[in-house]
Amino acid sequence: MDIAAIRQDFPILSRQVNGRPLVYLDNAASSQKPRQVVDAMSNYLLYEHSNVHRGVHTLSQEATVRYEQARATVAKFIGASKSEEVIFTRGTTESMNLLAWSYADAFLTQGQAILISEMEHHANIVPWQLLLKRRPDLRLLVCRIHDNGTLDLEDFHAKLADQVGLVSLTWTSNALGTINPVNELVEAAHNAGAKIALDAAQAVPHFNLEVAKVGADFVVFSGHKMCGPTGIGILYGKLDLLEQMPPFMGGGDMIKEVSFSGTTFNEVPLRFEAGTPSIAEAIGLGAACDYLTNIGMDQIAAREQHLLQVANQAISEVKNLKIYGEAPDKAAVISFLIGSIHPYDMGTILDQYGIAIRTGHHCTQPLMERFQIPGTCRASFSFYNTEEEIALFADALVKTSTMLNR
Amino acid sequence: MKSIAEIEEAIIADFSFLDDWADKYNLLMDLGKELSPFPDEFKTEQYRIQGCQSKVWLKSHLSQDKKVVLEADSDALISKGLVALLVKVLNNQTPEDILHAPLNFIKEIGLDSHLSPNRANGLASMLKQIRMEAKVYAQQTASAQ
Repeated sequence: MDIAAIRQDFPILSRQVNGRPLVYLDNAASSQKPRQVVDAMSNYLLYEHSNVHRGVHTLSQEATVRYEQARATVAKFIGASKSEEVIFTRGTTESMNLLAWSYADAFLTQGQAILISEMEHHANIVPWQLLLKRRPDLRLLVCRIHDNGTLDLEDFHAKLADQVGLVSLTWTSNALGTINPVNELVEAAHNAGAKIALDAAQAVPHFNLEVAKVGADFVVFSGHKMCGPTGIGILYGKLDLLEQMPPFMGGGDMIKEVSFSGTTFNEVPLRFEAGTPSIAEAIGLGAACDYLTNIGMDQIAAREQHLLQVANQAISEVKNLKIYGEAPDKAAVISFLIGSIHPYDMGTILDQYGIAIRTGHHCTQPLMERFQIPGTCRASFSFYNTEEEIALFADALVKTSTMLNR
Repeated sequence: MKSIAEIEEAIIADFSFLDDWADKYNLLMDLGKELSPFPDEFKTEQYRIQGCQSKVWLKSHLSQDKKVVLEADSDALISKGLVALLVKVLNNQTPEDILHAPLNFIKEIGLDSHLSPNRANGLASMLKQIRMEAKVYAQQTASAQ
């Protein structure tokens, strides 16, 4: 992997911040975008744009082809068996809400439960809480996690037996980096007669998903964490399930026939894509998949595991540094605290060194409560980060903690 | 009692001696340490300022001579320094003076990045809360007259 050449694709990585070279270690919040993605979007907007699925004119047909090609590219990228199983949404959050409004509301029956875990992002907690307000006959169960940040599988299997209709778990934790044993979870869910949804927002940028092989019923993720644009995401679902699901939002494109006496709905996937979709963003996401495929997801996974090792080694010298999330199978994310230093202070001073990390609760407040901490500092690495950047980060950590330990 | 503008001038002078960002942040954190102790019993949601990534508490009352008395604290050093700056400038001033102070010193000392609309940055929320409380005192004073 030619890192120098790859970094040329991301002009932002050559920026200065506060008079120093930017060290971008907030990739789990959002990744940077290569020229190839921006070029694909701008080329579409400048030369090919029209509305999709409507006009008979050439431009509309070209735009439709490009939009549907993007869907096919995403489907292939995640290992789906059919393009129709890929629904464009605005992001992980919208995908989860779609599942709650459409699938869960229609198919979960009185007394059934949704099983999540303590390590979930708010996007996999709040949609279910809202569902329970509409459907007080349903229940929400929360699987415990161990102190090292791994799922408590004993608790998972015990709770799964309690009338669970839908399991909804993160594939990879954004705050801890834990990669969950999805094969085992899917098998267990299915054996218990439950469907399973996986939040892959922090998985899809880092390794091959192979969704059909894993066998999850639903997989959701966002474009902007995988080198794609904001405002676009995916709900993958098994076709037979999607075909039974009622629409989430009503409007144009999702209908077959509309009359005041009743409306019939379009086929999957368009049934779930009401209104003019984010066409340029979908094309951008397709370009992001192509970009990552060209580098190779296996190479990316190996590179990021290497960076994680280098980073762990580099910060092991920092006094009083405690890492949250030490799962054996872990993405390139390090959540930490140093002594009693507040993450906000740490992030503010590191920014002065040009180093961008995330601080706070990472939209996982129940998880922070579980560890009885207000939040953490989180450094998250991408394949385009370098060993030199990690050295700068470790050096700034030492200086910053000296400054703040007063 | 010095006016808001006079106190601002003094703070600008203190900061203007410092070229290095680290010295500025050290001075800011020192200012935080000068705050009077804030009783733990008031470190509750009632007194917490929303919109800061760290916890910031603010408590105020109107003194006999109709001045706004401010007390504050934070669990983060930089936030504590930021709120201490506001307390230093606005404490024991009249509600009207607080409401009308342009507070140019924030920009002058190079801390205006903390006023950005990012929810992680609390200075704007702190200022909004102090002004909101000053407004209530101004209305109370006006209706009493």
